[in-house]
Amino acid sequence: MNLAHTSRRSARAYEAPVAIAVRNISQRYGDADSPQSVVALDNVSLDVRRGEFLCLLGPSGCGKSTLLNIIGGLVQASEGEVSVGGAVVRRPSPEKIAFVFQESTLFPWYSVAENFSIAFKYRGIGRSEWRDRTMVALKSVGMTDFADHYPDQLSIGMRQRVNLARGIAAGTEILLMDEPFAALDEQSRMVLGEDLSILLAQTGKTIVFVTHSLAEAVFLSDRIALMSARPGRVKSIIDVDEPHPRLPGFMLEQRFSDLRNACYASLHDEIRQAMTATGCAGSAR
Amino acid sequence: MKQRPHLTPRLIQFAFLALTIAAWFVIDTTGAISPLFLPPMESVWRAFLALVQTAIFWSAVRVTLTTILQAYIIAILLGIPAGYLVTRSRFLTALLEPIVSGLFAIPITLFFPLFILLFGIGTGSKIAYGAAYGFFPIALNTIAGFSNVNPRFLDAAQSMGLSRLGTLRHVLFPAAFPVILTGLRIAFFISFASVLGGETISSVSGVGRNIALAAELMEPARMFAWMAAVIATALALNALVSRLESRMRGS
Repeated sequence: MNLAHTSRRSARAYEAPVAIAVRNISQRYGDADSPQSVVALDNVSLDVRRGEFLCLLGPSGCGKSTLLNIIGGLVQASEGEVSVGGAVVRRPSPEKIAFVFQESTLFPWYSVAENFSIAFKYRGIGRSEWRDRTMVALKSVGMTDFADHYPDQLSIGMRQRVNLARGIAAGTEILLMDEPFAALDEQSRMVLGEDLSILLAQTGKTIVFVTHSLAEAVFLSDRIALMSARPGRVKSIIDVDEPHPRLPGFMLEQRFSDLRNACYASLHDEIRQAMTATGCAGSAR
Repeated sequence: MKQRPHLTPRLIQFAFLALTIAAWFVIDTTGAISPLFLPPMESVWRAFLALVQTAIFWSAVRVTLTTILQAYIIAILLGIPAGYLVTRSRFLTALLEPIVSGLFAIPITLFFPLFILLFGIGTGSKIAYGAAYGFFPIALNTIAGFSNVNPRFLDAAQSMGLSRLGTLRHVLFPAAFPVILTGLRIAFFISFASVLGGETISSVSGVGRNIALAAELMEPARMFAWMAAVIATALALNALVSRLESRMRGS
């Protein structure tokens, strides 16, 4: 991995243009007058600036994954709209937005390289570029030797590296990441988080990252949007003013634990509420 | 110290085969079972050698294998699309899956006379009968395969902008394939058995017909020789299907 310290200034520092505008998004499942109807998101508005790393942090079932899916056009919101680069999002736009889910979304029936090819094919990238692009992306995560392996032949950590590379290789400006490291053990999580920070400092992508890990949110984000228990709302936003790439030493600083504690204090009651709420479902689609 | 003898599964399988033959031999020599029900091994062997030299044998084998193949192909051509269409919506799956599996529980043998009436005593009725039996495991496994695709794969496909056809080709079908393959395998042997069964019950040609005929004519050695041919064919086909299957699963 290239450890060049191409430090990137906090995106907000120079007031970059808005990349993603979320306006009054509400999401309801079931009919409004039915007693079974669930309000997953309630009037959420949010701006994500170009080059910014924004985390959506909140208790399980607060609708953070739903919000991410709405931003990416996988789900249509009941109310409100999202625009990306000024254009309203109505369906997935793989040329602008790439998703990174958990490692288990690599297709096990295709080799690593074939998994990349599928993404390239439907992104409209010429066949002649596939192999080169794949190798460049795999190199950035140190996985060049595994291009022709099948996902089942790799460890979970290696799979997630590959999956990350697949998201980045598409070359989109925006990356939406839905708890990508949730299946990893804490140590692998930390290391991959560091790698991600370095990788992203080089590419300058706009990222929205869903997590329920406080440390992960503080370590990676420029801003953290704290969400309330269902119905999900943006409760407050916390700035993390630390340039990328972030080094492990950041986690040892007092500032890091202060921020982490601030997030926890803000979320504590929400987490408790989410746990005791009846019908506490996981991230709803 | 003595090395413990190595009992591999293969060795035990061969031992079982040897024991069966030995038991047959013992029964022959002691006369515990009337030779009408279990003819001497040696006479079956002679009947078998005589049989494979006749044109009747090969034409019967050809008729039966062609019938099985036709029945099986029809079962696939109907079963996979039917299974796929059922899974196009959750509602359809909930509505039709129990109906399909319920129908499979009914012994289709009951309708065999109807097949004869509809398709005649020739191979047509056996093709229809074998296809009807083979259809169900294929359709049911196709339903199971397509409706249990991990939704995360579909999210990923959607986020990468895969078309409907692209999703079917790159995600749904490969994900469902192992389950469908199991259905194809089960269906093959069900079609095989039904065609032979159908031929035995009512037919003018084929291996099953000849087995029934040998029984009616009280020629047990000849009947066993025909049966041995079927068993040998089944074992050979099983080996072939296993090899094909492992090759398809490997890729």
